[in-house]
Formats: sequence, C-alpha cells, structure tokens
Amino acid sequence: MKAAVLQFPGSNCDRDMAMALKQAGADVTMVWHKEADLPAGIDVIGVPGGFSYGDYLRCGAIAANSPITKALKAHVERGGYAFGICNGFQVLTEARLLPGALLRNAGLKYICRTVGLAVETTDSPYTSAYAQGQHIGIPIAHHDGNFTADEDTLDRLEGEGLVAFRYLDNPNGSKRNIAGILSDNRRVLGMMPHPERAAEAAHGNEDGKAFFTSLLDAVVSA
Amino acid sequence: MKARVFVMLKNGVLDPQGAAVQHALGALGFDGVNEVRQGKVIELDLADGTTEASINEMCEKLLANTVIESYRVELL
Repeated sequence: MKAAVLQFPGSNCDRDMAMALKQAGADVTMVWHKEADLPAGIDVIGVPGGFSYGDYLRCGAIAANSPITKALKAHVERGGYAFGICNGFQVLTEARLLPGALLRNAGLKYICRTVGLAVETTDSPYTSAYAQGQHIGIPIAHHDGNFTADEDTLDRLEGEGLVAFRYLDNPNGSKRNIAGILSDNRRVLGMMPHPERAAEAAHGNEDGKAFFTSLLDAVVSA
Repeated sequence: MKARVFVMLKNGVLDPQGAAVQHALGALGFDGVNEVRQGKVIELDLADGTTEASINEMCEKLLANTVIESYRVELL
C-alpha cells in the first residue's frame, strides 16, 4: 500500500501519522502542500492533525484551498481512500469532502486527554479490525472538535451507518456524540481523536493500531 | 472600492463564545443582556469594478463556511 501524508504549514501530527502507517506496513511519502500533484500510484492520503495556517479564518479553511487539496479532491472523486485526523477532519469538511463542520468546543476549552469511543460500524476500510460496538480509548487534543450538521444530514449519517465512532462521554458538545464519520462510499473518514497517538506499545495504549491495520487489509485486498 | 463582509454563525448554531461574552457582561453588572452572538468582519480593498457577484463568490468559497455561517456584504 502506498500512502501519502500531506504537510501544511502548521501540521504537527504528520510524522506520527506516517509512523503509524509505516508500522502497519505502508510505504509512506510526505507531500508538501504546494505540490500540485501526488506521487504516482498513491492508494491512501492522510491529512494530519495540527494547526494548518495557524487556524486563520477557520480551522482547515485555508488548507482546504491549498494546491495539494485539488489533487486530494481528484483522488477522492476517483474513489481513492483518504482520511483526516483532527485538523485533517476539519480540512476534509472545509473541502466539502465530508459533511458538517467542526465548531469551537462547547466548553470553550482546549481538551487534551484520552477519551472513550464506541466503534459504531466495522463496515469500513478503517474499522474492520475492530469489533462492532467495541469500546476503545483514544487521545483527543483539540479546541474545535464540536461536530455539527443539520438534522437531515445527521439523520442520514446515522441511517446509512456512516457514523464511524461515537464518544462514550461527549467531551466537546458534538451533535449525537459523533467523533468520526465516513463518506457515502465509505472510503473517506474524518475523526477528531488521534489513533496514531495510540498505535504502539511505547504510547502506553494500542487501541488505535487496528485503525491502520484495517486500512492496510482493505487496500491490499482491494 | 471597498467592501465589508459580515460573517455570523447561523441562527440555531450554538455560539459558546457569544455565551461566554454574555456571561462576562452579566458579571460586570450589565443586566438585561439577553443574548450575545459573536461574528467577524472582513474588509476587502478591491479593484474598481469588482462585481457584487464576485464578492459573493469569495464568501461562498472561502470567507464563510455556509454549512454553519451566514454572510452579508456591504459595499462602501
């Protein structure tokens, strides 16, 4: 599996994401945001966490209009796999590759701690190695993770099984406790929690490892 | 020519910052502040002849996220 991890000015979880992908067996290329094209043969694009462009205007808004994001959109339109973690989720919603938006946390505080999640579907390239309804602990670190969308969109996400993860104890005010969602074709995922920060023994928590092994399985067998 | 763009969270979208400002005004003794909504103002210095349609497109594509925000353009 060939993966690309995008780097924007202010990305700071890009190397963690690359490491988690490599440990799952992926061949990873880092791609600077000014590039107009992705390297040939990329299967998966990861959009990492951080504070792209200093969160100016709105989190993810400037990155969503970066040159490399056009290539990301074309990759997704071709049916390619892409996932965004934390700021990456914000970029994917701002780029309209996923529905909804991420607002300031309801309690206004930046929150950095491990939270409980329920795996809401195993029918996705990112969650197949988990058990349906499994409870996992994954770190969050965000100020703007309060997922919102209109009621029709929320009903559709739930009705079509496009909610990937839900918070067990909602930390940020997200509608319907949603922590991560999938696109209609289930190949694009966005989530606020950081599975790449819980992906090896040295992290003291390996609950995020199955996210990356699921992805490897899905892409290699596709 | 100049334009001013007002961006606000849509009605019904929770504005926790506005709520915090309202709370702080109450703590200062300003009674009767029923609600505070916080938005942003963006001033654009534009080439003469820029159309309002073009400014609206700027708003739709970047300045506002119309999933959660509404905008209003004022030509100066």
